[in-house]
Amino acid sequence: MEIKKVALIGNPNTGKSSLFNLMTGLKQHVGNFPGVTVDKKTGTMQLSAHRSVEVIDLPGTYSVFPRSRDEKVVSDIITNPHSEYFPDVFVVVVDATNLERNMLLYSQLHDMGLPLIVALSMYDLAQKNDWKIDKQALSAALGGVPVIAVNGRSGEGLEELKRAILHFKPTSSSLRFSEQAVRSLQHDEALQSADTIARYKRIKEVLAQASKKNDKRPVNEFTTRLDKVFVHPVWGYLIFLGVLLLIFQFIDSLAAFPMDWIDQGFGALSAWLAGVMPEGVFTDLITQGIVPGIGGVVIFIPQIALLFFFLSLLEETGYMSRVVFIMDKLVRPFGLNGKSVVPLMSSVACAIPGIMAARNIGSWKDRIITILVAPLMSCSARIPVYLLIIELVIPDEKIGFFNLHALVLLGLYLLGIVTALLISLVMKWIIKANEKSFLVMEMPLYKMPRWGQVFMTVLEKVRVFVFDAGKVILAISVILWALASYGPPERIDKAIAAIEQPADDSEEAQQAYEMEVNAVRLDNSYIGLLGQTIEPVIRPLGYDWKIGIALITSFAAREVFVGSMATIYSTSDNYEEDKSLLNRMKSEMNPRTGQPVYNLASGVSLLVFYAYAMQCMATLAVVKRETKSWKWPLIQLAYMGALAYIAAWIAYNIFK
Amino acid sequence: MSKKLSQLSPGEGASVKSIDAGPLQAKLIEMGLYQGKEVKVLFRAPLGDPIAIDVEGYTLSLRKSEAQLVLVEAN
Repeated sequence: MEIKKVALIGNPNTGKSSLFNLMTGLKQHVGNFPGVTVDKKTGTMQLSAHRSVEVIDLPGTYSVFPRSRDEKVVSDIITNPHSEYFPDVFVVVVDATNLERNMLLYSQLHDMGLPLIVALSMYDLAQKNDWKIDKQALSAALGGVPVIAVNGRSGEGLEELKRAILHFKPTSSSLRFSEQAVRSLQHDEALQSADTIARYKRIKEVLAQASKKNDKRPVNEFTTRLDKVFVHPVWGYLIFLGVLLLIFQFIDSLAAFPMDWIDQGFGALSAWLAGVMPEGVFTDLITQGIVPGIGGVVIFIPQIALLFFFLSLLEETGYMSRVVFIMDKLVRPFGLNGKSVVPLMSSVACAIPGIMAARNIGSWKDRIITILVAPLMSCSARIPVYLLIIELVIPDEKIGFFNLHALVLLGLYLLGIVTALLISLVMKWIIKANEKSFLVMEMPLYKMPRWGQVFMTVLEKVRVFVFDAGKVILAISVILWALASYGPPERIDKAIAAIEQPADDSEEAQQAYEMEVNAVRLDNSYIGLLGQTIEPVIRPLGYDWKIGIALITSFAAREVFVGSMATIYSTSDNYEEDKSLLNRMKSEMNPRTGQPVYNLASGVSLLVFYAYAMQCMATLAVVKRETKSWKWPLIQLAYMGALAYIAAWIAYNIFK
Repeated sequence: MSKKLSQLSPGEGASVKSIDAGPLQAKLIEMGLYQGKEVKVLFRAPLGDPIAIDVEGYTLSLRKSEAQLVLVEAN
């Protein structure tokens, strides 16, 4: 039989994915199984000069009886030989240091009569711990199933595995681990329990023929010592806080450079294209719509890559499960679980990688809640908006040692965290789930990270973001660009004609004229008209139609607020060096009330609005990618919009 | 003396007697908690919950509510 398809199957944390990376290298692709939110990793492996096979990495599972959505995918595939994912041979990855428990899944697959090869991972570690495993004896005990030790770090054993796949012949053995047919137990948990106990008994007997377990319980001194510190009631939390601060510090200082290059690079590309292409609508579409739109996708890559670099380091070293362990009880009252903490904390840098990291949360309900509240955490894109408005309306005073500006900024961060927790609490009551939340979780030993694995995780996350969410982001940003650039032509022409021509040929006069034209164009664009239309709706919040325009354009990304304000008021957007934007905004009067538009009440109202509103299409696109439906991003858009409106209205009326 | 796994103190060893019937029974057995298995509480989270136990060579963490389902015989 010629093998065309190979599936990797095994418990979580067995080194299955590092074996997958070893087998396929960069020739892999992440998609999803139809209808579910579970990643499907496939790739090709070169067996010999002329032969290659397709490899699929099935989600980690402890048994064929599913307890989560990931496990359901596996169970559906292995019970359906007609499934397009059903392989010609299963490579069962078995952790040699935890042989008995890992053999449970093997025993179920074995009894189902599936074609199997056993790949022993962590074999060297087991040998070191004096758990002698005789591979040949094990193979013989299993009725001739090939047993190969493969080292996910060094690649040792890979060639042997390839040969085993190349020369695979199905074996038929009389060995049965349980008399019960696995399929008949799918829906009865009590029978599953009894069957599993019977299996373990038989597994013990089979393993006795092939392995000798040292009676001395192995104590990993290194792990024991580290755990004394990492789950310590005081040090544990302080270290976690320190790790977070360190990660943010790195992202903050390292991401800025590539983000600037991307920004300038795409700007230069647009300018160059505009120069070489003939003038016209098509060129505008390319140079002002599509190229900046792609830039708007690419600009997220540094943050996503850096954050996942650190997160996969935490995962690889084993520290992540300790964070889950110490945080679980703290966040559980809010309907979250320990695994929600890192995704939420990551959202303080950017909600996009935070939401993508929520994939690790096994419980569907806990995961949806985490995704829904993640954008409430104050992300870095809000900072420019906060700083501008704080500078504008908050008095520059000191309260004791503290600067009032800094206190307000801190308050906005806290507002995000507290609101995220409260909304989780509400969601906990609203969202119904069939599955019970549980946290029965393996705690791995502390290890050195496998750098290849870290690299592959970063690459995979960036790919998923760019190619899956990127399309939606690009489409929306082109639409936003078109709405902001075009309007009723007569109206725009008339408005431009009304602007005073530059007084002389000096550069300054020309520049001032250009700015005026841009302002008039935006004011009379479709977005401008929309901003004016919604003015009655946002007036109770203390905003005028110009703020309305900025609110709509901010949907592309929150920080666009600053640029839109600069365009509307025909000033430079660099308000730190050039005070003109600040001065212009300060002097803006509301014709209705005769008061400044930007006063304490409308300013605080705007701050609160930006803290709550879902003004980030990239996040919505990622939520769509991660939940596989538009339902959740739309719910998120609606609830955050309502929250922003109501809270901003309250804030405005308090300070008025 | 029979106890719940959740009642053991850190450092205390025991052997598993049974798991309460319910939706988590099969899951806990799959994770290796079945009759006769030697377990030892390693440490608790700072707020006393969850707990980490050694299951004949590997470390498992579970919430107190989950550990309550496991009946053990203290050594």
